[in-house]
Amino acid sequence: MLRLEARAEPSRWMVWLSPLLALAITVAFGVGIFLAMGKSPLLGLSMFFWEPIKSPYNLSELALKATPLILIGLGLAACYRSNVWNIGAEGQYILGAIFGGGVALLAGDHTPHAIVLPVLLAGVLGGMVWAALVAALRDWFNANEILVSLMLVYVAQYLLDYLVYGPWKDPEGYNFPQTRMFADPTLLGHLIDGTRLNWGFPIALVAVALVWVFLFRSVAGFRLQVGGLAPGAARYAGYSSRKALWTVLLMSGGFAGLAGALDAIGPLQQLTPQVSQGYGFAAIIVAFVGRLNPVGIVLSGALMAMFYIGGELAQSRLGLPNAMTGVFQGLLLFALLACDTLIHHRIRLKR
Amino acid sequence: MRLALEHISKSYPGVKANDDISLQVEAGEIHAVLGENGAGKSTLMKIIFGAVQPDSGRIVWNGAPVRIKNPGMARDLGIAMVYQHFALFDSLSAAENIWLGLGQGMALADVERRIDAVAQRYGLDCAPRRPVHTLSVGERQRVEIIRCLLADPKLLILDEPTSVLTPQAVEKLFVVLRQLAADGCSILYISHKLDEIRSLCHNCTVLRAGRVTGRVDPAKETEASLSRLMIGADPPALQHRPAQPGEVLLRVDDLNLPGDGEFSVPLQHLSLQVRAGEILGIAGVSGNGQQELLGVLSGEDRRAPAAALQLAGEPVGALGPAQRRWRGLHFIPEERLGRATVPVLSLAQNMLLTARPSETSSRGLIRRRVLGDQAQAVIARFGVKAGGPQAAARSLSGGNLQKYIVGREILGRPRVLIVAQPTWGVDVGAAAQIRGELLALRDAGCAVLVISEELDELFEISDRLQVMARGRLSPSIARADATVEQIGIWMSGLWPQDGASRTEATHAAA
Repeated sequence: MLRLEARAEPSRWMVWLSPLLALAITVAFGVGIFLAMGKSPLLGLSMFFWEPIKSPYNLSELALKATPLILIGLGLAACYRSNVWNIGAEGQYILGAIFGGGVALLAGDHTPHAIVLPVLLAGVLGGMVWAALVAALRDWFNANEILVSLMLVYVAQYLLDYLVYGPWKDPEGYNFPQTRMFADPTLLGHLIDGTRLNWGFPIALVAVALVWVFLFRSVAGFRLQVGGLAPGAARYAGYSSRKALWTVLLMSGGFAGLAGALDAIGPLQQLTPQVSQGYGFAAIIVAFVGRLNPVGIVLSGALMAMFYIGGELAQSRLGLPNAMTGVFQGLLLFALLACDTLIHHRIRLKR
Repeated sequence: MRLALEHISKSYPGVKANDDISLQVEAGEIHAVLGENGAGKSTLMKIIFGAVQPDSGRIVWNGAPVRIKNPGMARDLGIAMVYQHFALFDSLSAAENIWLGLGQGMALADVERRIDAVAQRYGLDCAPRRPVHTLSVGERQRVEIIRCLLADPKLLILDEPTSVLTPQAVEKLFVVLRQLAADGCSILYISHKLDEIRSLCHNCTVLRAGRVTGRVDPAKETEASLSRLMIGADPPALQHRPAQPGEVLLRVDDLNLPGDGEFSVPLQHLSLQVRAGEILGIAGVSGNGQQELLGVLSGEDRRAPAAALQLAGEPVGALGPAQRRWRGLHFIPEERLGRATVPVLSLAQNMLLTARPSETSSRGLIRRRVLGDQAQAVIARFGVKAGGPQAAARSLSGGNLQKYIVGREILGRPRVLIVAQPTWGVDVGAAAQIRGELLALRDAGCAVLVISEELDELFEISDRLQVMARGRLSPSIARADATVEQIGIWMSGLWPQDGASRTEATHAAA
């Protein structure tokens, strides 16, 4: 019989190498899948790992996709480090798009460009409201935040559906479920001509620095993490677990909402039922592959963005189903979990 | 020869738990295995009981070499073990618990008859039909022993059996064990208590750091010579100055607290006070409300009325742990990893748990250099053996970690220090040092409250004693006036009733 046995001291090296190892395993599986589908593995892999970084334009697209992943991943890292299992960032992202989009719809062609700020703040607020529901239910009724946050994703999606099929539907949109295009002053300008890259990416990088300082240099961040690492020690020290719960949920809700609003007035320019590409769920993988570390999250966010872009390319150029994106994402998380398990444990044969 | 261990060795990653250990037990012999925590006693017993396989060496049972693959096989051979922590279902009766363990098609009534027979033969009164949760710890231990005896063992292993018993219950247990030995059963008695081994055991094998350091006849040894074999050196003597008690710094006034959950002990009419410059010791078998009292004192449990708890005259019952700490009340819990420290964080980071925010942070950011300096100061001043301020808390041995925690709280300049089990699982040298630090703190004018299971320790450092039993506290008695026998009786809850409870009794009668 096989048995897992805890290692006394997991190698420090391996803890950081584990994501790379997981990536290698993912690539190996990818080769197998491409072969099984009768495609050249080299060509297939190049769609995922070379095309997205081949040219400045492609890199700008990569940064555009990585922005929401990084922002959401940052908030989730704070949650997971505090042992709060928010897996509903997808819903918080959608609410951010709804709130931000709602404010954007109020604007006309002559509104000052400063309207962007209220739009983004509304997005933050929307994500926070959705996350606050989770915090309140957990705090007051001890409801499991995993279930509550997940279920609220579906509520958020239906809310979005209701709005774009109903009151917010564009009267001139040929009955398509979509709002009218946002007015020009509300849109984020392009940072570099000829690309779609906008201010969202620099904002995400600033957020990375802020969250890093918060988590690793601030007393408040320290308290959150003690609560996650050793709840008994947090109680002993006198750190409030309720405060930690509200802090991290509002924080991650705010980041997810900001990401939603940025996407709404960035690349999307209107609301449709397909506002999200599953960024809220993908960001869970981003957070873990990035070792719940803000700097790591930049790298893993870029990697996940590659999968998104690679999936689209594989579909258009090789005729592979777009589901390849999900396959790669899933494989990566799976391989990472397996690597982490084997780093902390060894397998023993037991008679 | 009942049992012979020949050159047993067992390594775990990073430690050699047993190194070439040989040991013989005759039929009817009570054989002590003496050693400090971490000397390898438990590993050796697990090997004998088949729960752990040795890396090398062999076991000879009744003259024939055996490989004991699992505890079931050990039981079939006639080896039985009474663990330190009992495995009984609280809601079932004693007999039902034993019946469950037998696992054979036997009627409950037959089991009860056999229990009565064994109980009578060895004078182990145990009331087989009472549910276990109504039994005292001593009674529960007797249930465990009877469970072992029903299997008619040839070798009985007892792991620190007296740590949960009052001195009187210990005497009772010894009578039973001597009679068992007289009937031919061999007994392996694991302990670190020298007086018990000297009065009970025929032979003694001493372990230190996984190796045998002595095979002696304990009756011919002194406690000092046994202790030297066990720790390799004489424990340092304590400096004991006369107490100079000042004002009352910590006062608990008629504290009542309902139990929180099924297995917590309700606290009833607790009163105590600790003055500046004295140590109050609270004795008692654990599980009699100590955890609950500690939670209330530290502020981790805030259900107590504000006025029931006063710190230098100020009611603090409604304050949280951090606020109490700012007012000078520091607390060292029993659990060192996971409560007093975060295991994976460094010693420097762990300073922050109980540090003054004014010193260790500015504008919400951690002043890491200050933390490192503070941790270094603790390490240097209290002789903590650690890789430095950046060593993870969990990388320290129990004794060194406790020295770090005690040092951290002492450098926090407490006015009141509450300590639970200050030297539990700590090696003798570190234990003596920690006790010395507590005495020095007392001499410096701190009010110290020590809650401990170790009577020896309390008699060594306390100025006054109180006893906790079934969620109540005995009146206070000066250490000079107390005897071990008397405290032992009080540990069963039998102390002279004070005025308050007498009035209550008359109310109840009326």
